[in-house]
Amino acid sequence: MKKQVEEKQDVVIRFAGDSGDGMQLTGMQFTTTTATMGNDLSTFPDYPAEIRAPAGSLAGVSGFQINFSTRDIRTPGDAPNVLVAMNPAALKANIKDLEEGGMLIVNIDAFTDGNLKKASYAANPLNDGSLNRYEVYHLPITTLNTNSVQGTSLSKKEIDRCKNFYALGLMFWLYERPLEITTQWIHKKFKGEIAAANEMALKAGYHYGETAELFKKHYRVPSAKLAPGKYRNITGNEATAIGFVAASQLCGKPLLYASYPITPASDILHELSRHKNFGVKTLQMEDEIAAAGAALGASFSGGLGLTGTSGPGLALKAETIGLAIMAELPMVIIDVQRGGPSTGLPTKTEQADLLQAMYGRNSESPLAIVAPSTPSDCFAMAIEACRIALEYMTPVIYLSDGYLANGSEPWLLPTIDSLPKIKISHPTDAATFKPYLRDEKTLARPWAIPGTPGLEHRIGGLEKENITGNVSYDPKNHELMIHLRAEKIARIAQSIPDAKVFGKEEGELLVLGWGGTYGAITSAVEEMQKRGHSVSSLHLRYLNPFPRNLLKVLNSFEKILIPELNLGQLAFLLRGLYSIPVKSLTKVQGQPFKVKEIINGIEEILKTRKVETWSEKRLASPQH
Amino acid sequence: MVGETARVAPALTRQDFVSDQDVRWCPGCGDYAILAQVQKVLPELGIPRENFVFVSGIGCASRLPYYVNTYGFHTIHGRAPAIATGIKSYRPDLQVWVITGDGDALSIGGNHLIHSLRRNVDMKILLFNNRIYGLTTGQYSPTSEFGKKTKSTPFGSIDYPLNPISLALGAEATFVARTIDSDTQSLSSVLRSAAHHKGSAFVEIFQNCVIFNDDAFKEVTDRQLRSDNMIQLEHGKPLIFGKNRDKGIRVKDWKPEIVTLGQNGITEADLVVHDEHSADPTYAFFLSRLESPEFPVPLGVFRSVEKETQDQLLEHQIKAAQEKMGIGKLEALLGSGDTWFIKGDTK
Ligand code: SF4
Repeated sequence: MKKQVEEKQDVVIRFAGDSGDGMQLTGMQFTTTTATMGNDLSTFPDYPAEIRAPAGSLAGVSGFQINFSTRDIRTPGDAPNVLVAMNPAALKANIKDLEEGGMLIVNIDAFTDGNLKKASYAANPLNDGSLNRYEVYHLPITTLNTNSVQGTSLSKKEIDRCKNFYALGLMFWLYERPLEITTQWIHKKFKGEIAAANEMALKAGYHYGETAELFKKHYRVPSAKLAPGKYRNITGNEATAIGFVAASQLCGKPLLYASYPITPASDILHELSRHKNFGVKTLQMEDEIAAAGAALGASFSGGLGLTGTSGPGLALKAETIGLAIMAELPMVIIDVQRGGPSTGLPTKTEQADLLQAMYGRNSESPLAIVAPSTPSDCFAMAIEACRIALEYMTPVIYLSDGYLANGSEPWLLPTIDSLPKIKISHPTDAATFKPYLRDEKTLARPWAIPGTPGLEHRIGGLEKENITGNVSYDPKNHELMIHLRAEKIARIAQSIPDAKVFGKEEGELLVLGWGGTYGAITSAVEEMQKRGHSVSSLHLRYLNPFPRNLLKVLNSFEKILIPELNLGQLAFLLRGLYSIPVKSLTKVQGQPFKVKEIINGIEEILKTRKVETWSEKRLASPQH
Repeated sequence: MVGETARVAPALTRQDFVSDQDVRWCPGCGDYAILAQVQKVLPELGIPRENFVFVSGIGCASRLPYYVNTYGFHTIHGRAPAIATGIKSYRPDLQVWVITGDGDALSIGGNHLIHSLRRNVDMKILLFNNRIYGLTTGQYSPTSEFGKKTKSTPFGSIDYPLNPISLALGAEATFVARTIDSDTQSLSSVLRSAAHHKGSAFVEIFQNCVIFNDDAFKEVTDRQLRSDNMIQLEHGKPLIFGKNRDKGIRVKDWKPEIVTLGQNGITEADLVVHDEHSADPTYAFFLSRLESPEFPVPLGVFRSVEKETQDQLLEHQIKAAQEKMGIGKLEALLGSGDTWFIKGDTK
């Protein structure tokens, strides 16, 4: 009997299981197939820092959420409509997020007394009525999987490992997705009996959905109306790496990427290491400091020197960045932010390195800061980071975060001609060369590189005499140089685009964001606009300097709300810079904003009469 | 062979390597002699001046690049080997020299030193060892003697010193040598050998700090004392020393022993013969443990062996990748992985 098909606009699924259950892989396979079907999508992998926390424990739960749709979407979704829980710990850790009435598929085979205990369940939730609010499917996935993998000499353990493909097959049926892409992938990735077993499990899961009485209907999510062109699905870290390769091609200089493994930035090192045929040189150095040093060394010798890390590593690189500021050499430092302080939450996202990027060095040491807003925007901003570094002879910090790094979305591939050109010149004329004689427009100093006859010169960390670059301890010269370095960074503003307001250019409320919160903020603002409120948003991808039109936009709204995954760092900067009252909406849970949370924040500020300045607030509550 | 010859070098002289900056070390500092020998050796190498880069960290020694008229980068404390690694990796055509001191290389920069040596990064590392912190006005350093009284150790240092040569050998350096600021001949000969070595060349230079640690190496610099307190290493020659060249080193029970030629039937044949090319660093390490006052201090080249350098390995990988995958095309890279088309409304 053909089962009923119901059409849906968008669906949020979360796959959850033990770190050893292959949930990330399952999620990624579902994503690839969904992407090629033309749905818009957004993903959110969420996994523990421990590679294999004790099996069945709450600490070891790994999750992968995907939101896919026939519409344009920007976030992985607030609450899953469907939760696949492979064991009790996965159920316990994720059930609170499942929407009321949502579909819950559980592997009942994993609900043993031992596993229930490990997940701190006093009673079995499958039969104590606690799940009555959901549409629960009790499936013995382990058993079904074992029965489906036939005629093989694989061990029980090896067969059990196929069960994620069984679950995936079932989800493919449930949402009308073809099996081909995953089948091909299985045969690329695995060999022999393992490949055959995984394929059997995948198909069996699919057929189970088709034939078992349990499922009365399945769902269709038609493809989205995306702009025409060639697409691929891309994570932020992939887009970052590819963006840097592109920048290297655009400026005609091979890139050198020096790094030290650190979550969640390591994938950039992995990705770039694969592209040696682009002349990419990757160095895994002995520590974060050496990685920054090697990158700066490459820049000194005339190259595109890059280093990548996360917050703790940025702290270690500060000293080298200071040297890059003094020596005025181009360099890009990638910080894929994670929860802190210290080791903090290595696999979780946060935006709390903004002030570190801005001020985390000794003395007056300004540099440029850019921040991508979506996984695919990482590509464009990586190129921008390089462009600014090379045009202005300055270190640039590129602030990504764990959410962007691991999240993914479909990316409309840009054509090569549409990419910006990066022009570089190196002086060769010994008669006119002065190491710190600046370009009139950009204030960049000339980049004379070793190997150029007659331009031999020395630079370093000691204060430079203006124009000659000789060591100088002259008080007035020092002050001049401090101002020149600051002015050079300020002038970068002339080369960056104005920030575009989403919605009306003036009104009651502006929601201002930066970095990875773009999706959640824009979705929330769009919703509030639909409800008729005077709300617009502005998203900053350039954090130092700010776009030239920022103050004008800020002044066009009565109230400003700044959602950030920190305690209000951008808000702090704006109060200091412009002395304007702004309200912070903060979250520091290692998790991205939900759209709902931002909507709540907007509703609240719309109710208040006006946003108070810091001092007004202090007067009102002396205990502050 | 020195590979760094981008263009035919004009005949250069010492003067070509003198910069326009006033040298600002204390009068009488050993650094002057080292600078002079560096400037003497560079023009002999047949490398265009613009292809030299001098990189340094922080400390008295690290000011040297300002005084040499080549490309120079005075960087941050201890990090010169890391920065130099980036330079050499990016530009294998350059000859890279690292100028450092005992505090810079062995204390704050210890990690970078050992890792650049182990990678065999093709650079010449000159470690000016004066066994003191000079620029910060006289605190003890990682090579200061145990019990040394300094500003920061008024009751004597309780840190055991380390031996830079042993450390470099432990880090698998392919060229390791020691020389003295005041011995012009030994200094220039060692610098020359280091310059010609392809790979990491580590040179410890005993350097006198007249202000804070004067005469720290008296036993090997004093004309009266030196012949009895040092062995000049020569490849293929037995380890002989002493005013009358009648003393030697032999090995007994895996330990060094000082013997006198002609006594108890000892001849040159009983002595250790210096082999700087020994593939196994054990012998060189053994030599490095000869320390004063028990033993004469060896000077000269401890070890010099060939091994593919880091920049060569890096270039080979790139070439191999380009041969196998073809030179990278951006368009192909963007469209790699699973891609799909969305058809537009054809208007
Ligand atoms: S303090 Fe010592 S090492 Fe430094 S310049 Fe003076 S004499 Fe030389």
